[in-house]
Amino acid sequence: MSRTLLQKVWDAHGVRTLPTGQTQLFIGLHLVHEVTSPQAFAMLRDRGWQVQFPERTFATVDHIIPTLDQARPFADTLAEEMMSALERNAKEFGVPLWDLSSPRQGIVHVIGPELGLTQPGLTIACGDSHTSTHGAFGTVAFGIGTSQVRDVLASQCLAIDPLKVRRIDVTGSLARGVYAKDVILEIIRRLGVKGGVGFAYEYGGAVLDGMTMDERMTVCNMSIEGGARVGYVNPDQTTFDYLEGRPFAPAGEAFGRAKAWWASMASDADAAYDDRLEIDGAALAPVVTWGINPGQSIQVGERIPAPGDVEANDRPAVAEALAFMGFEGGAPIAGTKVDVAFIGSCTNSRLTDLREAAQVVATQRISPHVTGLVVPGSQAVAAAAEQEGLDEVFRAAGFEWRRAGCSMCLAMNPDKLEGQQVCASSSNRNFKGRQGSPTGRTLLMSPAMVAAAALAGEVTDVRQLAPAGSTVEVG
Amino acid sequence: MAGGGAQRITRIAGTPVPMRGHDIDTDRIIPARFLRSIRFEGLEAHVFEDDRTALADAGTPHPFDQPQYQGASVLLANANFGCGSSREHAPQALQRWGIQACIAESFSEIFLGNSTALGLPCATATPEAVDQLLRAAEAEPGSAMTLDLEALTVQAGDRVVEVAMAPAVREALLSGTWDATGLLLDQFDDVRAVAAKLPYVTGF
Repeated sequence: MSRTLLQKVWDAHGVRTLPTGQTQLFIGLHLVHEVTSPQAFAMLRDRGWQVQFPERTFATVDHIIPTLDQARPFADTLAEEMMSALERNAKEFGVPLWDLSSPRQGIVHVIGPELGLTQPGLTIACGDSHTSTHGAFGTVAFGIGTSQVRDVLASQCLAIDPLKVRRIDVTGSLARGVYAKDVILEIIRRLGVKGGVGFAYEYGGAVLDGMTMDERMTVCNMSIEGGARVGYVNPDQTTFDYLEGRPFAPAGEAFGRAKAWWASMASDADAAYDDRLEIDGAALAPVVTWGINPGQSIQVGERIPAPGDVEANDRPAVAEALAFMGFEGGAPIAGTKVDVAFIGSCTNSRLTDLREAAQVVATQRISPHVTGLVVPGSQAVAAAAEQEGLDEVFRAAGFEWRRAGCSMCLAMNPDKLEGQQVCASSSNRNFKGRQGSPTGRTLLMSPAMVAAAALAGEVTDVRQLAPAGSTVEVG
Repeated sequence: MAGGGAQRITRIAGTPVPMRGHDIDTDRIIPARFLRSIRFEGLEAHVFEDDRTALADAGTPHPFDQPQYQGASVLLANANFGCGSSREHAPQALQRWGIQACIAESFSEIFLGNSTALGLPCATATPEAVDQLLRAAEAEPGSAMTLDLEALTVQAGDRVVEVAMAPAVREALLSGTWDATGLLLDQFDDVRAVAAKLPYVTGF
């Protein structure tokens, strides 16, 4: 019988049906970070449990680390306590930890793929909702909370209900200046922030087929913003080429055998889906959020909606968002003054993202009133970007080039908005207070659009900024 | 510990607190700066902190600050409650504040899983039913509401509305197996057998 990738992975990893009716699912890779794990390790200690599969468990530090002065102890004593707790827990329970002294350190959803830990056909869990990122490789990867982190540490399993699968085809090809970020923002805009509850999203079609792994990760990363806990792309030659030679990928003859198994896990051509959506990729334009959730977005040339433009049920949400953002319904989003430009986060901090932004910046200077921040997703991304001279492009333009971490995506470190600052951000959430100031305002967009906003000092259409025939590549 | 061992949860009775609005995300329930801790203790002091401050400044106190909802244990919300970040700190903060049950049009899956793992039942009801409960809570604050997990109903005075829960979640709460680790360790040979058949575990 034909099956989707989700069903194949579920079948391969299902241990048993629990008395409650849930599936006991084996977790092939458990990624651990400093924020959602300390209480889980403490519970293990209290109950006298071990980490059952330390060889399938890896830890790094990303959320709380400063991106400027990383000398220990950290100036923030709470951050230092978390860092120390992770070091102690990793040592006591035999879990490998890539800390700041390791060139492998970085955002957990950046390093898993770049180290080759993330491979097709796996189940992956991490105490972070953006674990869906790993779905770019044809994995079933989901975010969990701390009690479930405890479950996975202690048993390498989760008790979980099966998901339905919605196939989303993005056909055609993207126009110049339109990127993976615009694709996922458009999907969320159409299906809504709760449209994916109960579903895994399977992304495909010519646009996804033609994307690099970095771009596929951007799309899968934000599945959760559409309510889908899991998002994935079927593995193909692009996936295999990315993995070959990575430190934790199989090598030699084993790589050939792995490739055959990975390919066998892709959805069958005639698999049945619970729902389908098709989007014309050629019709897409750069997307910018105007509100306080990632579904409140418009194309850069459109006008911000007024409460009267939407269904009665949605009017209070639009009114609340407009009040918080200080925007008028009916006003254009282009021309909105920005104070901060942030390029980073597990959504858009990989080498491809930095290249796209750097191509827009080229030899120009950012607007004098804009604070620009570029935070690479990992030490490896930083090193590769520096090798290409991208750090110099950003610095020369007036951006700050920082050390790897989550930084201003959620502002658990010193990188925060102040007051009502408006931030053009390549991150994933525009929730109230998300970037560290309770009244701070976030406009989500692609890294290229962030770069364009930094140069202009206001939201601007990157397609107009980049002259025809420039090196801005089609996403 | 064998499967079970946690408290069986069959019925929650208490006064309600209405939290109107769709898509209330976990950053709002507990802002990220309060996650800079290795403990859950004390989170209750910061639940909805930024929303509460903003509403207090505007002179329209947040429900969690209104005197008539103090001591509430049943949280009422609209659609997609608890969306966004997977932080278990959100249901932890609510539970430690005193919330023992949540009733909404819908929940984010991660929030629902986290709440279940804490023995905090989340039941869904139709928008009409939730609206009735919200109106009842606002009209008669301090009147008890009772969530009955066996009957799948909420009783508010003379009103009885039907609610829904995923069967497995309901069963875990009713049977006291919502703390899943014991259950997952119960037949561990089966786990090893599944692992041994996975090519990436055995090195292809």
